[in-house]
Amino acid sequence: MIIKNKTVLNDDWQVLRLSEGELPESVLVQGARVIVPLKVWLAQREVLQARAELGVWLASDERAESLAEDIAKFAVIAVDFPKFADGRGYSIAHHLRVRLNYRGELRAIGEVLRDQIFYMQRAGFDAFAPRADKDCAEVLKGLSDFSLSYQASSDEALPLFRRVTRGL
Amino acid sequence: MYRYDSFDHKIQAERVVQFRDQVRRRLNDELSEDAFRILRLQNGLYMQIHAYMMRIAVPYGLVSSAQMRMFAHIARKYDRGYGHFTTRQNIQFNWLKLPDAPDILADLATVEMHANQTSGNCIRNITSDEFAGVAQDEIIDPRPYAEILRQWSTFHPEFAYLPRKFKFAITGAVNDRAAIAVHDIGLQAVKNAAGEVGFRVLVGGGLGRTPVIGVELCDFVPWQHLLTYSESVVRVYNEYGRRDNLYKARIKILVKALGIAEFKRQVEADWQFTKNGAGTITQAELDRVSAFFVAPNYQALSNVDLNTIDNPAFAGWVKRSVKAHKQAGYAAVVLSLKKTGIAPGDATAEQMDAAAELAEQFSFGELRITHMQNLVLADVQQSELFALWERAKKLGMATANIGLLTDMICCPGGDFCTLANARSIPLAKALAECFEDMDFQHDIGELEMNISGCINACGHHHVGHIGILGVDKDGEEWYQVQLGGAQGNDASLGKVIGRSFSFEQMPEVIARLLQVYVRERDDGERFIDTVRRIGLEPYKTEVYGTPIAADEALKAPDYELLKVGVAYDMPYYSPRF
Repeated sequence: MIIKNKTVLNDDWQVLRLSEGELPESVLVQGARVIVPLKVWLAQREVLQARAELGVWLASDERAESLAEDIAKFAVIAVDFPKFADGRGYSIAHHLRVRLNYRGELRAIGEVLRDQIFYMQRAGFDAFAPRADKDCAEVLKGLSDFSLSYQASSDEALPLFRRVTRGL
Repeated sequence: MYRYDSFDHKIQAERVVQFRDQVRRRLNDELSEDAFRILRLQNGLYMQIHAYMMRIAVPYGLVSSAQMRMFAHIARKYDRGYGHFTTRQNIQFNWLKLPDAPDILADLATVEMHANQTSGNCIRNITSDEFAGVAQDEIIDPRPYAEILRQWSTFHPEFAYLPRKFKFAITGAVNDRAAIAVHDIGLQAVKNAAGEVGFRVLVGGGLGRTPVIGVELCDFVPWQHLLTYSESVVRVYNEYGRRDNLYKARIKILVKALGIAEFKRQVEADWQFTKNGAGTITQAELDRVSAFFVAPNYQALSNVDLNTIDNPAFAGWVKRSVKAHKQAGYAAVVLSLKKTGIAPGDATAEQMDAAAELAEQFSFGELRITHMQNLVLADVQQSELFALWERAKKLGMATANIGLLTDMICCPGGDFCTLANARSIPLAKALAECFEDMDFQHDIGELEMNISGCINACGHHHVGHIGILGVDKDGEEWYQVQLGGAQGNDASLGKVIGRSFSFEQMPEVIARLLQVYVRERDDGERFIDTVRRIGLEPYKTEVYGTPIAADEALKAPDYELLKVGVAYDMPYYSPRF
């Protein structure tokens, strides 16, 4: 189950994570809908680009720009939050949306929790795979923590001062 | 001052609801302490030695009388009748209970206040010049820009989980009173040759474990681009700042590692994507916010001669506490929170209420909190100074020590803070008692003595003329002494004079440093200037030349650590109990 477009729905994408000893160039990519690590995409690109559908995920220390040439090829791009306090994923989302103009599904994976997904949504994520022990319906509540924000962001093209008549 | 509109109110109301639910989940154990810790910190809530502590934001140090009364209310209702004003112009309450925290935020929201982002690895409360809007040397009033930055940084979705905390300071005056060189970003409002307003941007300054003076990142960012440019600086930091080592995670380490030229290149490369975009500040928004900071309704007055006062006590207070004002007939007045025997920066609920009343009577109902941990009434008629002085004296806020030895900056230290290695407040008390003679202090003249109970430097010891740092040696508290630090335009970092001292030796150590100054000073030379001229050697010789006796009187219970049980409703390991 994941959260997408503010609802909880079934999802059959599998996130491939390399186990110890597995190498990006030799790991076997199985299944129809797989979200592969960036390193696997870069190492096996020739084979993988023949797939009808493919997802890729970035670790928090990887760069959105690594996907610049290929951005149109992915049905989903995911960004991993190894710990919720690792905030690099928010800037990765910014780059994907603003610099690379990516308009497809952007999914937060890893330690995705109720109290962070409001900011994640603002930064450009539109899909959330909560940590395995968390209930999606509970996590979903986090998306409505605020009805209003000051800054422009991916979910809101204009900052408050350009959007409303202030002072009322 | 800035007043909330319905949008500000709504955002803050939603924040209170959010935090109330987070506290509920924590108390039910639905949220672990690890997950909750970061959430509470971003609402200003710490777990200290005895109880929860809340740091309430005072944006750029400006409060109304109604807000000051709210502090008094919080002190009475939720705390033990007092609060502590901090070096970041905020106020902290030390004795809180977790279930009360949402109610405190709700109470604060009624007077347009909050505790947003006063801790945590996010953009902290923005500090500024305590004399903004009234200083004679001001070129541009920084407050509208500070408020625009406050709104931009509030709940900024991309920057809530930075590698480490991030502090902005902004000034618009010739003399920097906002310590911009020791902030992650320091902004100096300037005008270019065409008379347009922009900002000189310093980056990578800071105190703490690795003190660094900030370096210039850009000499002129036009005001319209303040937010997008700042955003690019913070973004580069968010992406590349170190996350593997807490002590190397501040932006200063990144700037040093990359070099300022490469850091600047990265910032500007990022900025190209957002420059002139929606985040660009509009003239309409600047005008809207600036309208809150127009001068109050001053009367047309002439200056009163303040040099010919025949009451010596009043004259002494005027000399230290009364600051020049750009409006004829007016003065800015510093109310001292540094009375001997009181923890520096502490005020009781009664003092807060009384200060609110003084502000209403003498200064258009507004006060400022200074980074030196005092209060300012910024718009007092000179002809009312005597009446104000008489009232302030009765409240214990008219000690004529502003800028002198006993006007110390002091962190809460070992009495309250889980990070501290040593006591700060009892040391400040011992030193104040030792040197409180006003004639002596006036003779010594301008002197900044700053005390931090640990390396995190909340007491700004690196920029004190005399800096005192509490250190831990085999579980015992010792104090390291530095000389030659300074804040302001000629900011510098102090240098350690040598091995550290016991608590009981400290008054004698300070006395010896002062003896060197008195012996070596040129006519009219300030303490810091003598240190800069003659170097550290004469001070070292004097201090270490003969054994330093411990002052046995300082072993009395008066100077002991606060000994109180913990008041936690959650299981928690406290370092002392």
